[in-house]
Amino acid sequence: MAKTIPSLADIETITIGSRPPGRPDDGGRGGEQRPPGLPEGGYRLAMLFALASISMLFLGFTSAYIVRQGLGEDWRPFSPPSILWANTALLLISSATLHRARSLLRREAIRESLRWLSITTLLGLLFLAGQYEAWRRLAAQGIYLSTNPHSSFFYLLTAAHGAHLLGGLLALAYLTWRGWRRQLLLMGTPDHLKRYGALVGTVALYWHFMDGLWVYLFILLFLWR
Amino acid sequence: MTQAVATHEPPRSFIRRYIFSTDHKVIGLQYLFLAMAAVTIGIVLSIYMRLRLAWPTERWPLLAKLFPQAMAGGTISPEFYLSLVTMHGTIMIFFVLTTAPLGGFGNYFLPIQVGAHDMAFPVLNMLSFWVTLAGFLVLLAAFFVSGGAPISGWTAYAPLSAVGEIAGPGLGMGQNLWIVSIALFCIASLLGALNFITTTLNLRTKGMSMTRLPLTVWAWFTTAVLALLAFPVLLAGGILLLLDRVAGTSFFIPEGLIVSDKILPHKGGSPLLWQHLFWFFGHPEVYIAILPGMGITSHVLSTFARKPIFGYRAMVAAIFAIGLLGFLVWGHHMFVSGMSPYSAIAFSLLTLSIGVPSAIKTFNWLATLYKAQIRFTVPMLFALGFVSIFVTGGLSGIILGQTSLDIPMHDTYFVVAHFHLIMGVAAIFGIFAGTYYWFPKMFGRMMNDALGKLHFWLTFIGVYAIFIPMHILGIAGHPRRYAETAGFDFLAPLQPIHVFITIAALITAAAQLLFFFNFFWSIWKGRRAEINPWRATTLEWTIPSPPPHDNFGPQVPVVHHGPYEYSVPGAAEDYILQTAPPTAVKS
Repeated sequence: MAKTIPSLADIETITIGSRPPGRPDDGGRGGEQRPPGLPEGGYRLAMLFALASISMLFLGFTSAYIVRQGLGEDWRPFSPPSILWANTALLLISSATLHRARSLLRREAIRESLRWLSITTLLGLLFLAGQYEAWRRLAAQGIYLSTNPHSSFFYLLTAAHGAHLLGGLLALAYLTWRGWRRQLLLMGTPDHLKRYGALVGTVALYWHFMDGLWVYLFILLFLWR
Repeated sequence: MTQAVATHEPPRSFIRRYIFSTDHKVIGLQYLFLAMAAVTIGIVLSIYMRLRLAWPTERWPLLAKLFPQAMAGGTISPEFYLSLVTMHGTIMIFFVLTTAPLGGFGNYFLPIQVGAHDMAFPVLNMLSFWVTLAGFLVLLAAFFVSGGAPISGWTAYAPLSAVGEIAGPGLGMGQNLWIVSIALFCIASLLGALNFITTTLNLRTKGMSMTRLPLTVWAWFTTAVLALLAFPVLLAGGILLLLDRVAGTSFFIPEGLIVSDKILPHKGGSPLLWQHLFWFFGHPEVYIAILPGMGITSHVLSTFARKPIFGYRAMVAAIFAIGLLGFLVWGHHMFVSGMSPYSAIAFSLLTLSIGVPSAIKTFNWLATLYKAQIRFTVPMLFALGFVSIFVTGGLSGIILGQTSLDIPMHDTYFVVAHFHLIMGVAAIFGIFAGTYYWFPKMFGRMMNDALGKLHFWLTFIGVYAIFIPMHILGIAGHPRRYAETAGFDFLAPLQPIHVFITIAALITAAAQLLFFFNFFWSIWKGRRAEINPWRATTLEWTIPSPPPHDNFGPQVPVVHHGPYEYSVPGAAEDYILQTAPPTAVKS
């Protein structure tokens, strides 16, 4: 549906798809090579800003943690339940498997890539189950949310991290499911593959960040004094 | 290979088109109408407060019909007065001053001004609005739960906000709803901010370099960055506060706190921690409210002065400087909290340094007006009003930014006068300027000029009549947040000032009816607008009014000019559209 606006007849426009080569006076980075709809680069950019925002959330918690730690004599840190070490290892491995899935996808080894993506999803699920188990063990020891400020922060930070990780897990599960279901389609058109690759790349960015965030929280809660 | 997706058809069903729409223009209007509903409620609440202050012993059976339980007997109790303070502040700051200029105008005009067909993530955009609306409804629900709305102010200072019902009415369920509402608002703002940032950086059309962006876009972009970094900290604080209230933790509640003759079981928390978290968000929030107004003012001043904006790059730098400094000055809200005088000095110096970029903006506005052939249209009047009020409110900021002056003034009406002028009224003037300016584009019709001018003068004089006397109250030592002054002899002679302010407020509020009438009447009955009635330069004035669903149709505009090329020597007319061919200027 081509619209022509009479009073704009003298204004130069270009039609998408049959665009003349770039003009000398294009004035900077615009929409030149960009197809309409969502550009793949936008995913990554938006994710970087979203991660900045999430960092601010955890910085807010961290500053509260540091202030609260310095306040009272009621700060009694407990040592980490051993399962947390296992969980940490699981999450670190999941970052590696996701990395592997991505590089395979880049080489268009789609079946193998989807296999590693599935493994990553499974590892993420195991991590969350492990975190829940850590909560259960602490509760069994009588350490609850309101027991002391350190336990309050432990439950709060693990829950906040878990909620964010769950979001990443859902995205991974969805992409894996979509990958298996539309595998042929994926291999059929390069455009789909490119888009899919961009989505996986964006989720991977988030996942690695969540991985790093967990290591940071672990250090904050148990190793940093 | 031709792209088959060059145009997207508007959705056919009513619900997808007007209710759950992903079109940035519909979403922008939804935000604007939400802000209109919110501002109406906010004004009504302030009228209740003003009546209580002017005539403390009077009974208001008619007004009590709105709040039959809280106003039993037709009087406003001191507790209910504090509920009104809380809800007025929360509604106005979040659901009017943040929603209208950023969610409303930003959504509607940012994609068009950068030459995009829509926001980068239309579905997120839709979600952002609906989550905001949910937050608003949750907040209003606080009026209707047992105990009523919270009494802890829009700042929800702990421990008052943290200890629950025991400390007063509204601190039970009402305060919980307040926290949930603000949390929803935070999440919605984050979704919106992501869209604004990505769209600005990634969806600009060909030739639209960063230095050709209208200053409105720069202001929305910076505001979005502030929102993206400030709201998560409020969210963190809100979660901690909620846990203190419902899960028995002690983040903000100190040991041995006695409320209503009971020692609370909490221990070791710090009320100051809440203040730090809150104001780390709260001060940038001031700029989230005011920066879009600055952008609109710059835009409108240049258009109607028929001159390029003076110092475009300095204006962009000043917006950024204000945004950056906004993150470093939260402590100036806490001078009376007992903070170390050394940190107070640091906060004070940083605060005063905001005067530099603010002055750059002000002088650039004045220089834009210098020797201009000004067209006194209604949007121009409001933009000029913005400059006036920004200067007035800013000057009292220089007073309050100094610890030695802030400490005696902090809990007085001087602060109320200051923040209402600089944050409330100036931002509202920016919103009015934007509304009158863009109305022809949004609805394809002009607003009535005579009514608009009457509305401007009544509002302009009205707000000064309200807030200048409040400075005097403050200097005389009148404390804020007090429902009545009966027990304080030294305040008795100030009562006539309260009566004067209330009468001014009633007249100013009534003048807003002119605006609402003008707005809705003009949607259907206004004179039809041309595509470019103000003879302005930016991209929204190259497409029909109202713009079609996909803004620019199958074609994308190509930009050859800066946003403020007015009265260019050698040009055929006194403005050059950004899309005009480069040959429009004969050298």
